Amino acid sequence: MAEYSALSLLKNALTGNCDWKPAWRKPDPKPAYDVIIVGGGGHGLATACYLAAEHGITNVAVLEKGWLGSGNIGRNTTIVRSNYLLPESIRFYDFSVKLWENLSHELNYNVMFSQRGVLNLAHNPAQADAYIRRGNAMRHGGGDADWLTREQIARKVPGLDLSGTARFPVVGGLLQKRAGTARHDAVAWGYARGADRRGVDIIENCEVTGFLRDGDRIIGVSTSRGDIRAKKVGVAVAGSTSRVLNLAGIGQFPIESHVLQAFVSEALKPFVDCVVTFGGGHLYMSQSDKGGLVFGGSLDYYNSYAQRGNLPTVEDVMSEICAMFPSVARLRLLRSWGGVMDMSMDGAPIITKGPLPGMYLNCGWCYGGFKATPASGYSFAWTIAKDEPHAINAPYTLSRFERGAAIDETGHGPTPKLH
Amino acid sequence: MLISCPHCGPRDLAEFSYQGDATRTRPEPASTDTKAWHDYVYTRPNPAGPHHEYWQHAGGCRAHLLIVRDTLSHEIHSVALARSANASGARA
Amino acid sequence: MSPRRTTSGGSIDRRRTIRFTFDGEAYTGHAGDTLASALLANGVRLVGRSFKYHRPRGVFSAGIDEPSALVTVLKDGVREPNIPATRIELHDGLRVESQNRFPSLAFDFGAINQLGGRLLGAGFYYKTFMGPVIGPLKGTRFWMFCERFIRRAAGLGRADYAPDPSRYERMNAFCDVLVAGGGVAGLMAAEAAAKAGKRVILAEQEPETGGFAKWSNETIGGKPAAEWAKTASERLAALDNVRLLTRTMVWGYYDGNTLAALERVGDHLARPPKGHARHRHWTIRAGAVVLATGALERPLVFPGNDRPGVMLAGAVRRYAGEYGVLCGDKTVFFANNDSAYQAASTLTKAGGHVAAIVDVRPTISEAATALAAEAGVVPLTGQAVVETKGGKHITGIVVQSFDAATGALSGDARPIECDCLAVSGGWQPVIHLASQAGAKAEWDETLQAFLPPAPNQRWSGAGSFLGQMTTAGALESGRNAGLSASGKKPSRARLPEVEPSPLEIAPAPIFEIKAPISATRGKAFVDLQHDVTADDVRLAHREGFVSVEHLKRYTTLGMATDQGKTSNVPGLAIMAEARGISIPEAGTTRFRPPYSPVAIGALAAERYGNLKPNRLTPMHDWHVEHGARMMEAGLWHRPMIYGAPGETVEQAYIREAAAVRRSVGIVDVSTLGKIAVKGPDAAEFLDRVYTNMFSTLAIGKARYGLMLREDGIAFDDGTTWRLGEDDFLMTTTTANAGPVMQHLEYFLDIVWPDLKVHLTSVTDQWAGAAVAGPEARKVLEKCVIGTAVDNDTLPFMGIVHGRIDGAPVMICRLSFSGELAYEVYSGAGHGLHVWEALMEAGESFGITPYGMEALGTLRIEKGHVTGAEIDGRTTARDLYLDWMLSKKKPFIGSGLMDRPGLIDQNRIRLVGVVSLDGQPLGGGAHIVEQGSLDALGQSIGHITAFCYSPALAKYIGLALVKGGKAQHGRRAFVSDPLRKRFGPVELVSHHFFDPEGRRMHG
Repeated sequence: MAEYSALSLLKNALTGNCDWKPAWRKPDPKPAYDVIIVGGGGHGLATACYLAAEHGITNVAVLEKGWLGSGNIGRNTTIVRSNYLLPESIRFYDFSVKLWENLSHELNYNVMFSQRGVLNLAHNPAQADAYIRRGNAMRHGGGDADWLTREQIARKVPGLDLSGTARFPVVGGLLQKRAGTARHDAVAWGYARGADRRGVDIIENCEVTGFLRDGDRIIGVSTSRGDIRAKKVGVAVAGSTSRVLNLAGIGQFPIESHVLQAFVSEALKPFVDCVVTFGGGHLYMSQSDKGGLVFGGSLDYYNSYAQRGNLPTVEDVMSEICAMFPSVARLRLLRSWGGVMDMSMDGAPIITKGPLPGMYLNCGWCYGGFKATPASGYSFAWTIAKDEPHAINAPYTLSRFERGAAIDETGHGPTPKLH
Repeated sequence: MLISCPHCGPRDLAEFSYQGDATRTRPEPASTDTKAWHDYVYTRPNPAGPHHEYWQHAGGCRAHLLIVRDTLSHEIHSVALARSANASGARA
Repeated sequence: MSPRRTTSGGSIDRRRTIRFTFDGEAYTGHAGDTLASALLANGVRLVGRSFKYHRPRGVFSAGIDEPSALVTVLKDGVREPNIPATRIELHDGLRVESQNRFPSLAFDFGAINQLGGRLLGAGFYYKTFMGPVIGPLKGTRFWMFCERFIRRAAGLGRADYAPDPSRYERMNAFCDVLVAGGGVAGLMAAEAAAKAGKRVILAEQEPETGGFAKWSNETIGGKPAAEWAKTASERLAALDNVRLLTRTMVWGYYDGNTLAALERVGDHLARPPKGHARHRHWTIRAGAVVLATGALERPLVFPGNDRPGVMLAGAVRRYAGEYGVLCGDKTVFFANNDSAYQAASTLTKAGGHVAAIVDVRPTISEAATALAAEAGVVPLTGQAVVETKGGKHITGIVVQSFDAATGALSGDARPIECDCLAVSGGWQPVIHLASQAGAKAEWDETLQAFLPPAPNQRWSGAGSFLGQMTTAGALESGRNAGLSASGKKPSRARLPEVEPSPLEIAPAPIFEIKAPISATRGKAFVDLQHDVTADDVRLAHREGFVSVEHLKRYTTLGMATDQGKTSNVPGLAIMAEARGISIPEAGTTRFRPPYSPVAIGALAAERYGNLKPNRLTPMHDWHVEHGARMMEAGLWHRPMIYGAPGETVEQAYIREAAAVRRSVGIVDVSTLGKIAVKGPDAAEFLDRVYTNMFSTLAIGKARYGLMLREDGIAFDDGTTWRLGEDDFLMTTTTANAGPVMQHLEYFLDIVWPDLKVHLTSVTDQWAGAAVAGPEARKVLEKCVIGTAVDNDTLPFMGIVHGRIDGAPVMICRLSFSGELAYEVYSGAGHGLHVWEALMEAGESFGITPYGMEALGTLRIEKGHVTGAEIDGRTTARDLYLDWMLSKKKPFIGSGLMDRPGLIDQNRIRLVGVVSLDGQPLGGGAHIVEQGSLDALGQSIGHITAFCYSPALAKYIGLALVKGGKAQHGRRAFVSDPLRKRFGPVELVSHHFFDPEGRRMHG
């Protein structure tokens, strides 16, 4: 398959763009593979790509129920960051940011990772201390973090309400410069193309309807396109984890599915450069390359698989964005959508071998799955290939809850809606 | 979404606080069975379809309601006071 | 009178002239005009530039579907970008600017992008801009360099940073029947429901109801349709049970028949009265909903179809019929259905000239032929437009013979001169709201459109929303929908009479004229705003982006501000053809709210600027008057310090804390959470929720308690007072007042419904003042009557009731500061009075009010924990509170608190920290065993709180450090790279001051 470059664009332009080839093939499933990845979202595709690229395992199929990238990789607010508090999280997400930094080259696909920075605004001294603790944790963990004063923030982000009369006055902010945004769909397509180029079969419109068993062991899957056998089956279906595990007879699991809404305004000329989060509530906002302000807030706070939220959350989010940027009130909301979040019991993911023999599981991404895509795929591929976790995903076991080793960034405990 | 509180009548979603899955049974208080406690605290059936769940009418009478709601459509099938529902053994 | 304005007809008021400016140039229009109709009347053709290629664009539609004529409105001193000119009601002083052009609309540098047309095809940016893999531009740098220019070129209008001064309102409304859309069908539905006695809301997005009736030139019930609609509307407005909302767009269909609507209250007013809202955000809870949202016309796709002057035929009809504006001197119609003939007829009747009607169909109905004859032309059937001529405005077209069965073009290309090309490619019902409500659209082969499925109990449909494309159909389906929404059967009563309509509105299944693209011809656009061409759709197909979602995402088709209202179906049709499948097989996307963009400020109405409540204690004003600098603690405002003139924060809190240790201080503790726990099982309940025992607590005594969560992690602490056998007053931390209440209620309602306990949150009912210091007792002795306060009557943790200056008070002797201290509670209404009385009584002892900083200092010296240490991750053992874990009874959290991960000695645990270099520590600083600011060491913990301790005369802090107690006596470093602080510390016991507690027991 042709490399993408400025030159190839030019060459194809001269021939009327008639010679471009599909970004990935559309093969029929084979009867058996070495590895099947259930779920053609970002994490599943990345896993397949790294299985092939890093471990030479190319007899791999990715099975996707709908269209490729239709899960949360297709409906998020595109933020990439590693501004975490706990050492386990910092290690994992920093690794991810490093993969992001070279991802376009690695995939020969411009995923438009733009390190525009993520700025967390703090609104009172206690919050400032909490953010500084986090920033210091990031620095001690080898990452980057800076504390900005109000004056520095005023220069960096025009339009913020920095008046003393603001309901939540800004006292400072934590900036991670290496963080930023990426083009979410491109990540799915880039990994799909990367996996496909290395021989992986990506099979869309192929719904897994059951697991093939040999006793306890998983030896394949039944699908809407027939039975497919595999030595190893990886499940990366965040948003549908409980449903898929149900097919394997696992009826209880430390996941709740919740709906998270996201929003985009009409396109504007450059308005805000970095990602800004509001500490007076829960709101994150950035501007896409196309010009829309992309933003989101909290969950709707009830279990849902409906990919649809309700008005109270919409109003909360709009109130917060107006509190942060009073001029945004005049701008218009173009579109809103809802995604299904795999809310885990401590807010951290699960990337592990098991819970059944022959099965590998990647789930529980809460809000944070997009930025994790490269590291998740990398460490999940490692776990599948070597039957043991990589150092970065070793803490993300399923057994951590029984052991009392939760990785609880927010300190909210086993209340999934609050993570 | 509107929830019909048995005390207060139909009220907006914004008045309620979601309290999650209503199908788990708490172990005996003195139980030392960590596995049982773990299952109660950490695991959920999380169905795609009718879901038994608690909501508190936090902005109203403060009662907890046992609600059966479809997680695929958000349609509410039934609402009962958690106290009476649990007392009458109607707990799912 | 402007050249394109007819002398009569339409609903504008020609006697009223309205002045406005466009790009600084002054124009006039009439009352009833939109900006679009006024610009067209003035002959302004070039109105905007497209997103990607900066192609010149003019007015394309006459309504909410406008993709091209977007402008920035300058009003109230702020900019409002991206507003369709078709949606702006003309008013005096209206100032608008064109956008996405530099330096001017006529001469735009960005138009250079058109030269790179083929290079800049769909998704080109995914294939390039990656830059070198090594060197200074490796990684993301090259992309970020390019991105800067891309971002400047992208976007549409420019927003500004000036706060929006407008006021937005919100309304909650309830009705039996909500009718969305006030066209003929909607009016009928509303009237039927109203007559059935239902409470009805009718919402119409335009300034007037009537829909097509306003410009169709038909008759209804023997009257001109516009007049009929007006009368129907007036009849409704006169009914008490009908609320008629114009300028109100229903944009969201949420769960439980909750609908969101936006009323544009003030946009059309030149000078809104003071305090007038700009928009009103409606939340409507409807028993039943009638969707009468109409249908939108689709264009045809052919080369050069974006040139200003190419418009929708229905728009040309509306401009002529409603606004008296002739969009061209010589108008050509180009269609695949008969609705264009109605448009030609309306235009002719208004005085316009039809140059030709080009129809892709080989034969057309007699009725259409007759209408063409009225317009003075013989339709060019079996022909198609293959090219448009002109620069910034259309000057002519080229037609060729067209085979509708194969799409083949043949024969000579014939030019036709024209200055307006009115196109109709069929009609698509507006099914957005139904789709939001979960309905899956169904393809109708006859109408070549997606129709809503059969109505469910939540909504029903009427009019062209259902594919009823005639006025007779609208009347009948409207009435039936109104009746059915009212629980009534369809009526057989006579409907108003209308002229028969023999026209064939169902189109031929033609979406695109595939003429070879050439430089002169221009591209064939599908999405006019995002510049997505038919070739882009085919490129997406070639590259495998064939699912409708991939098509949308890869090409950005339908993602612009018009949300693809004119482009979704043509794009889908082209993809279906490329794939060799039918349109329904190719799928349709799910529509999401809002139906059309809504102002963000409206959705935040009455909330922003007032986002969350401010909680103030009864003594708030006193604090402020006495120099307090207030700080936020959750939603509460509490004094941080009471600064004397010239004092720094540090000087102030040191002075305040020292005064407490030396003589006496007073602090407002009203913010503490307070819960009345009453009932025969109250003591048993508290035994279950606290880790320690409360059933053994004597009446008139208080006890410090600790709560865990179910997972065994520390949750909250506080004292609980036993006021009677069955009567307790629980206090919680300020931050956890709400969560603790909810936690307790959950257990009582769900886990232990058998316990007879009643909970009441009384946080706001009690005001509290803590009086602390060696002289505290003397202060109370001076002002408390009705009880003694000596050590026998009021021992440590004792409770007495008395009065202070006439106000009943409840006093508990407990100490957070480590001094002899009392918490004095009074009814909130007496709070200030009691506070002032205590101040007066303390005057001779130099009583000093102290704030949060001094409170923190005193507690750090004592090693008491707060939310900074009970942070949702720490256990009782981590905080050395294991002595509080009763072994005699189970309690919430006892089941899981002994998991191996929670009892590991190497967890981060509470220690004290002493600065060894005489410099401050810093909340959020980390602790390391070695390193420097240049070579950061490994973190072994962090500082949770710090202060300068006047009692110890050094900087001290509390920290959570790996190993906890085992580290006592060890040297380490405070490492705070964010604030560039690094220095030596000693790790010590967290009980810094008076560890035996002699002072508070004294």
